[in-house]
Amino acid sequence: MSVKLTEEMLSALPDARGHFGAFGGRFVSETLMDSLMTLEKEYARLKKDPEFQARFDKELADYVGRPTPLYFAERLSRETGGAQIWLKREDLCHTGAHKVNNTIGQALLASFLGKKRIIAETGAGQHGVATATVCARLGLECHVFMGAEDVQRQSLNVFRMKLLGATVHAVQGGTKTLKDAMNDAMRDWVANVDDTFYIIGTVAGPHPYPLLVRDFQSVIGRETRRQALEKTGKLPDALVACVGGGSNAIGMFYPFLADESVELYGVEAGGLGIDTGKHAAPLCAGRPGVLHGNRTYLMEDENGQIAATHSVSAGLDYPGVGPEHSWLKDIGRAHYVSVTDDEAMEGFRKLTRVEGIMPALETAHAVAYAIKLAATMDKDQTVVINVSGRGDKDINTVAKLEGIEI
Amino acid sequence: MSRIEGALKALKGQGRKALIPYITAGDPHPDVTVDLMHTLVEAGADIIELGVPFSDPMADGPVIQLACERALVHGTSLRQVIGMVKEFRKSDDNTPVVLMGYLNPMEAMGYERFADAAKDAGVDGILTVDLPPEEADEVAPLFTERDLDAIFLLSPTTTDDRIRAISQHSSGYVYYVSIKGVTGSASINVDEVAAKVGHIHELTALPVGVGFGIRDAETAAAVGRVSDGVIVGSVLVDTIARNQADTDQLKRALTDLLHPMREALDSLAS
Repeated sequence: MSVKLTEEMLSALPDARGHFGAFGGRFVSETLMDSLMTLEKEYARLKKDPEFQARFDKELADYVGRPTPLYFAERLSRETGGAQIWLKREDLCHTGAHKVNNTIGQALLASFLGKKRIIAETGAGQHGVATATVCARLGLECHVFMGAEDVQRQSLNVFRMKLLGATVHAVQGGTKTLKDAMNDAMRDWVANVDDTFYIIGTVAGPHPYPLLVRDFQSVIGRETRRQALEKTGKLPDALVACVGGGSNAIGMFYPFLADESVELYGVEAGGLGIDTGKHAAPLCAGRPGVLHGNRTYLMEDENGQIAATHSVSAGLDYPGVGPEHSWLKDIGRAHYVSVTDDEAMEGFRKLTRVEGIMPALETAHAVAYAIKLAATMDKDQTVVINVSGRGDKDINTVAKLEGIEI
Repeated sequence: MSRIEGALKALKGQGRKALIPYITAGDPHPDVTVDLMHTLVEAGADIIELGVPFSDPMADGPVIQLACERALVHGTSLRQVIGMVKEFRKSDDNTPVVLMGYLNPMEAMGYERFADAAKDAGVDGILTVDLPPEEADEVAPLFTERDLDAIFLLSPTTTDDRIRAISQHSSGYVYYVSIKGVTGSASINVDEVAAKVGHIHELTALPVGVGFGIRDAETAAAVGRVSDGVIVGSVLVDTIARNQADTDQLKRALTDLLHPMREALDSLAS
């Protein structure tokens, strides 16, 4: 079932309690409620404050390097032999991924609220690097929580964060990945709630985080919309973005939600294959539950314990997803699909060899699906892939998979 | 009158304070939990808070996180925890039992099925750490209809308006989290707790239990002096961790820990 969304309906979401239909909300322990309610109120004020918005726009232009190009992947399109494939180049953002759009927004928010200590969780390390970067830029103390397994997998990003002056806390609990990093960041926040601002990196978490991350990331879709009209004279026929927590996807999709002709595809990590159970695809294979402050699709066992996830890409290795995606799935506005580790690697090699653009392994999932999709479409149609990040951070993983020692 | 309300009224009539120990069900093994619950009662417990293990206990420190992991290794499920209470009730019909945990295992079981099973087993109250009253519209009425007490948390950051609103949603008692932090973390500031609990007493008629940071007879007495009951968690769970290999020794260790707290609380009796 698909619903026609109007601007009016969209502006009413999330509702006053942070709900997107049955999803979202604020499921946290009492100690955090006051801070979340204050953040919600202050953000509502600053969202309308011309000074705050002007400062944010200036940072996006001069520090992040926006607008990022919308690039026609001519060779890839020709080889694929279907729709024209265009790339939204978020990999060209400062720090090499879309994450910085959000961290600069939230760090400005922290500064306006007078909070000097920043905490963040990270999976692949991209959000950690983007947070450490803006903290250096604004002179804020920075603590990044990262699962011990991810610290191993993404040693380059760990070193980058340290160079930027951040303290990296290797989280030993649970599965030692992103979800456990988020648990420990929440624990730190409860203990230091007076002076600390928690910069959440994805569109999940308790209200108002899914709202503010979506607002900060929506610059991706707004630019894409304008650029597509300029360069192709029409809106794209399809948008494709990878979905872990879903921040780059929501940033791309949101400004197009009322454009019924634009098909939206969120690509989850299929890991070793959905039927093996070793994946990170809650929208494709999970069910609704409550984790990390919001109700959303989750990977869990029959007793409600959160399941271990698997993906070749650390940034997608998360058992939940932003609540707005859960809502978009249930109302049928967006399609959620998955590609396996192997298919993602194929997408990584293809974009690297054919266009000279090395995508992050997260992004490679979107690339792999978009190539399949474009092949089924007509030559006068257009597909935009959100190239959410660059692949340099994944060189070690790729080399290891190919049996090469660097 | 619920079993919790009855127990707290009786204590109040005697001028005594409630001793409320917490252990995680299934830790160190599901087979010994019921036995440990009886041990807690013999050592002086008035109410038992029985933790439902969860894979991602965000509000807990390392001690209770590890207890959850030990319980989950043996596959301890919410259904099994309810079964433990049913077993406990066969030989103890007096001591109130509160299930304390996170929302997702209840959601996975189905709220109505959970409420029915809990009531049937003899559970008395439900404390869901990550469920503020704002999100409890669907769940709380299912508890109320079955005379299960819904116990909510108050914290040092809770405003007066919220204290009033939360108290209205609560029954049995309210649980005041004495510190900003996770379980088992910082040490308690008794003067601050006294001031806040005194203030809470002005805003609600419900009994106030205080938890987080109570680790010995001295802190129990200090907090008992200003509240209606003390909740003791991490120090017990840590004792379980250190004595998990030998159940008899573990029971002695738990008794040795609780006894002095019981005596210290009773020495306050007016």
